Amino acid sequence: MAGWWSMARRRGADDLGLSRALGDRTLLGVVAAMTFLAALAVAGSVGASALAQRWQGGAGAVLTVQVPRPSTPAADAAGVTRLDRVVAILGGTPGIASARPLDEAELSDLLRPWLGSGTGRLSLPLPAVIDVRLAGAGPDLAVLATRLETAAPGTTPESHGVWVRRLAALARSLEACAWLALALVAGIAAAVIGVATRAGLAQRRDAIEIVHGLGATDSYIAGRFAARTTRLAAIGAGCGAVTALPVFLVLADLAAPFAPGARPAGPAAGDPVLAWLGVLPVPLWIALLALPAAAALIGYATTRATVGSWLRQLP
Amino acid sequence: MIRLEGVGLHYTQGTSPGPEVLRDLTFVIPEGGFRWLLGPSGAGKSSLLRLLHLAVRPTRGRLSLLDSDVGGAGRRDLALLRRRIGMVFQDFRLLPHLAAFDNVALPLRLAGQPEGQVRADVTEMLRWVGLGKKLDARPAQLSGGEQQRVAIARAVVSRPHVLLADEPTGNLDDGQAERLMMLLKEMNRLGTTVIVATHNDGLVARHPGQALRLDHGRLVEHG
Repeated sequence: MAGWWSMARRRGADDLGLSRALGDRTLLGVVAAMTFLAALAVAGSVGASALAQRWQGGAGAVLTVQVPRPSTPAADAAGVTRLDRVVAILGGTPGIASARPLDEAELSDLLRPWLGSGTGRLSLPLPAVIDVRLAGAGPDLAVLATRLETAAPGTTPESHGVWVRRLAALARSLEACAWLALALVAGIAAAVIGVATRAGLAQRRDAIEIVHGLGATDSYIAGRFAARTTRLAAIGAGCGAVTALPVFLVLADLAAPFAPGARPAGPAAGDPVLAWLGVLPVPLWIALLALPAAAALIGYATTRATVGSWLRQLP
Repeated sequence: MIRLEGVGLHYTQGTSPGPEVLRDLTFVIPEGGFRWLLGPSGAGKSSLLRLLHLAVRPTRGRLSLLDSDVGGAGRRDLALLRRRIGMVFQDFRLLPHLAAFDNVALPLRLAGQPEGQVRADVTEMLRWVGLGKKLDARPAQLSGGEQQRVAIARAVVSRPHVLLADEPTGNLDDGQAERLMMLLKEMNRLGTTVIVATHNDGLVARHPGQALRLDHGRLVEHG
């Protein structure tokens, strides 16, 4: 047993003494911090992307039409109320998927923030509100407004498209900033690993020259360095990703009211594992798993390139 | 075979070339030959050994080693060529963080030899140089003579085609020096080309053989 252990220990001998040259703690700590920042950048990107999609696919596809005095007769059709006439026009307009008048309860909910509960007891002349869902690019709003004005003067269609487009542009900008931050973090991590590798090369120059003289190829020497930095980068990044997880959970909890439906529904809701996994969006789980792999890849590639370049000074 | 044709070598000092330390060297050592490398300090013996160990490339002329033209060889080809050359350095050049066993095992592991074979060969070699009970000792725990013996074991363990030795008996007592010469001659008898640089006239007298004599970087005697 002792012989086997001795042999196994020797097989994995650190012939270049890299455990002394490439210290664990500093590189681990720096990579962990970089990964934490990268995870935050990814979270920002995923959040901004989700918001942009939600706004564009949700509020951007909605039109609100207010019809004052809804029960009075329409101006361009006999025996029809203004509300029914407007709903009929909306229903027959290309680019409109549906047009549904809000019922009294929904209207009360809408007005509660301003008028409090019990709006039904107030004797205010409330307009009817029609919730319109658009299909595709939607109708020409100017034409639609003219038609509605003719049928029921005072009717106002209100599109959310303009401010939604602005918000979506803002969200896309935030997403781009997050990706830029991610690229910067990756660049800084590569630079840090490069500096650490060069310091290790300077420190182990004698050992490298000896091993080189014994017939070690550039690939072998670079591989020894790369194996160590790759391992340290992967472990450091794993620590950073694990540290980011509770932060994500808190942020997801805070964001939950703004993203209804993000939590699992149906069978997943009854499964504690699926329910727990569903606390975060799938892209974030993928990012948490991918970050250590990406850090390892950056560590490997940077070290191979740095050592390969340095070795060219030897014959 | 080792063939030098008009070989010169200079080291760079900063960005400019320094003075030539080897000049117009032209000689041939056939496969399985034995040569003493003689000359006063500063004659260029160590530089010639470094050149033959492929630690430097000639700055002019043509060097052919083991049927390969060193000047035109790629980096990987040079690395593979170095595995066929054993070198005993004057300053041992052991890796201080590795045990004697691992220092000697390095050439075999670099060549990809199975670990079981490495263990057998290295143990036998260290036993042969009298260090069978110091497999796990690090260089700092060994005397100068013991370190020299580890360096010799490392140089010969892979049974190289060419064996170069720079003052290999400098830290050995007479008995160990004779034992080393026996090893070198035995390897030479088995076909290894051996070149030994030394100041030890007594050793050369006890083991007469052909010599390369250098002076101020020039070959002044070969025979």
